[in-house]
Amino acid sequence: MNIVVLVKQVPDTWAERKLNEGDKTLDRASVDVVMNEIDEYAVEEALRIKEAQGGEVTILTMGPERAVETIRKALSMGADKAVHLSDEALKGSDAVQTSYALGKVLETLEYDLVIVGSEATDSRMATMGALLSERLGQPQLTGARKVTAEGGTVTIERQTDDGYAVVEASTPAIISVMEKINEPRYPSFKGIMAAKSKPLTTLSVGDAGVDEGQVGLAAAPSQVVEFSNKPPRQAGQIVKDEGDGGTKIAEYLASQKFV
Amino acid sequence: MRPVVRSLPTPEAEALLELTRDLVEHEVLPRAGEMESRSEFPRELFRTLGKAGLLGLAYPEQDGGGGQPYEVYLQVLEELGRGWAGLAVGVSVHTLSCFPLAQWGSDEQRERWLPDLLGGELLGAYCLSEAASGSDAAALTTRAVRDGDDYVVDGAKAWVTHGGHADFYNLMVRTGGPGPAGISCLFADKHTPGLLPQPPEKKMGMRSSPTATILLEGARVPADRLIAAEGEGFRIAMSALDGGRLGIAAVAVGVAQAALELSVSYAKERKQFGKAIASFQGVEFMLADMATQIEAARALYLTAARLKDAGRPYGPQASMAKLFATDTAMKVTTDAIQVLGGAGFVEDFAAERYFREAKVMQIFEGTNQVQRLVVGRSLTRG
Ligand SMILES: Cc1cc2nc3c(=O)[nH]c(=O)nc-3n(C[C@H](O)[C@H](O)[C@@H](O)COP(=O)(O)OP(=O)(O)OC[C@H]3O[C@@H](n4cnc5c(N)ncnc54)[C@H](O)[C@@H]3O)c2cc1C
Ligand SMILES: Cc1cc2nc3c(=O)[nH]c(=O)nc-3n(C[C@H](O)[C@H](O)[C@H](O)COP(=O)(O)OP(=O)(O)OC[C@H]3O[C@@H](n4cnc5c(N)ncnc54)[C@H](O)[C@@H]3O)c2cc1C
Repeated sequence: MNIVVLVKQVPDTWAERKLNEGDKTLDRASVDVVMNEIDEYAVEEALRIKEAQGGEVTILTMGPERAVETIRKALSMGADKAVHLSDEALKGSDAVQTSYALGKVLETLEYDLVIVGSEATDSRMATMGALLSERLGQPQLTGARKVTAEGGTVTIERQTDDGYAVVEASTPAIISVMEKINEPRYPSFKGIMAAKSKPLTTLSVGDAGVDEGQVGLAAAPSQVVEFSNKPPRQAGQIVKDEGDGGTKIAEYLASQKFV
Repeated sequence: MRPVVRSLPTPEAEALLELTRDLVEHEVLPRAGEMESRSEFPRELFRTLGKAGLLGLAYPEQDGGGGQPYEVYLQVLEELGRGWAGLAVGVSVHTLSCFPLAQWGSDEQRERWLPDLLGGELLGAYCLSEAASGSDAAALTTRAVRDGDDYVVDGAKAWVTHGGHADFYNLMVRTGGPGPAGISCLFADKHTPGLLPQPPEKKMGMRSSPTATILLEGARVPADRLIAAEGEGFRIAMSALDGGRLGIAAVAVGVAQAALELSVSYAKERKQFGKAIASFQGVEFMLADMATQIEAARALYLTAARLKDAGRPYGPQASMAKLFATDTAMKVTTDAIQVLGGAGFVEDFAAERYFREAKVMQIFEGTNQVQRLVVGRSLTRG
């Protein structure tokens, strides 16, 4: 079973994240970056399938030069090789454009499964799997908490509010996973060493056959028009207990619709 | 505080230290305080470290180890010690426990057992001390008598770290006459019939690291588990300890570093007389002295490690490093409590825990008096 895992580098979820004043894109340069958390689960799931059935795991990332650090992490966890789509022309691409570019690369790869995370923590569109499914004409199974792949069929358990649904598709297929699916491993020291010599292909838009005119901020079908910072935290409200403290707290909670 | 500034020999060592800090941050620190106060042994965490490759770092790659020089392995231990002394001592003791087989075992023995020992699934123990022979280890009395294809072992090994949890035990036993020349080393499996771990000691610190007596009642250890030859046991035990002492030195520096970091952050936050207490010279100088001693202790263990890595004699330097680093840890953790004032004396902060952990480091793997003895002899009898 050959698997491509889509891995995105995102600003550290715990860091303060900002948009650039000028072009209103995410400031990716001045913050610590990490692998999008749910993508670690995607990598782990791919590795488990590979360990059980054989095959190869390929990491695909679109992102700036420094996204290599995140790719290395996925390789040191145990993925076999990686493709890094990296080009200034891609900067500011929106979800539709990103799916176009990633789709172009996927067309050149051989796979039975594409595994994506359910959502990226920076932009939270939660649409990449669906967009790729549409572009590639391949079925999509979302929100998997368990994956079984056999022969030409892949079956998942999809988490629902009150249980789970079993959904099945023929391969090649696209799957998005959620946190319940597994516990991602740490890279091992040997894995880190081995990662350095694993094949990593870097593609420009030209290499990938992506039309430069269709990607990037200027051509984006959706534009961030305006944004404002989160309002500063309000000072707390102090309730003085003059025998009626309980009532006042209850009133406050009710006014905030907590009770 | 910024992470410790280190000069590491290779990019792979940088990557290893980064992995270690990541593990400490996400797997070690969140558990240490709680499990320590419950005296709970973190067996699963050792597996996590094992899978990450941290349980065989100092051994050759062809044996399944990480192929790292001591200089690098010790700095990994220091970072682990900064997170959790009990865990780091466990890694050090495990590493020490692999030494007899790795260094002195026959090719056949090494092929049979070493990959599992270094691979991270198994945990080891090293049994030298007895109730009546601590500093005078060569006076041990546990006896092993050859009977057919087995040794039959009777006696009791005291103070065994990982006792009751280990998968294998290095037993220093008497097969010959009195003194060091009568001692041999047996590599015993935990399932050895008659090898009976006793309930763990109740300790003042490092409670998550189990310490227990191992009773040996007619324990039958197959004779093919004798390491090297009869009579070599004491030499094996002492050579293992040279490396082990450096491990303790590194862990002690880690504990001191943790105490310093806590002190600095507390002193910058805590206000008295309208100012952060860090702005009082009396406090700031205390912090400066703590940091200076830690850096000196680190430099000392690294000097000894580099000698070892270069294949040169390093015994006295290892003793100096163990002595100085553990005395430093004791002093720094004492001062950390002082910096925190009342808060240093209660369990809400880790200062009192660091202090209790530092104390035992002046005692095990050769008391600091014994280290002075080693250093002194190297000066006057060399
Ligand atoms: C604050 C902000 C607001 C935005 N608003 C919009 C908007 O309104 N409309 C719009 O079209 N775009 C928007 N974008 C841009 C766009 O969302 C991302 O650039 C694009 O990568 C796709 O969306 P996502 O990351 O949210 O993907 P999701 O669909 O949330 O991500 C799901 C999974 O897709 C995979 N994946 C996503 N991106 C990549 C990648 N670059 N490389 C490899 N795998 C990847 C990962 O496996 C990930 O877990 C916004 C970006 C930001 C930072
Ligand atoms: C938590 C813990 C874990 C341990 N783990 C292990 C283990 O895994 N394996 C193992 O084999 N042992 C282990 N030990 C045992 C440890 O190594 C001994 O406790 C140590 O060597 C000291 O021996 P002792 O306790 O018998 O003290 P003693 O030897 O009785 O010493 C008592 C005091 O006398 C001093 N003294 C003794 N002889 C001299 C001398 N010649 N000159 C000056 N002063 C002297 C000592 O320095 C000390 O201050 C452990 C101990 C502890 C507390």
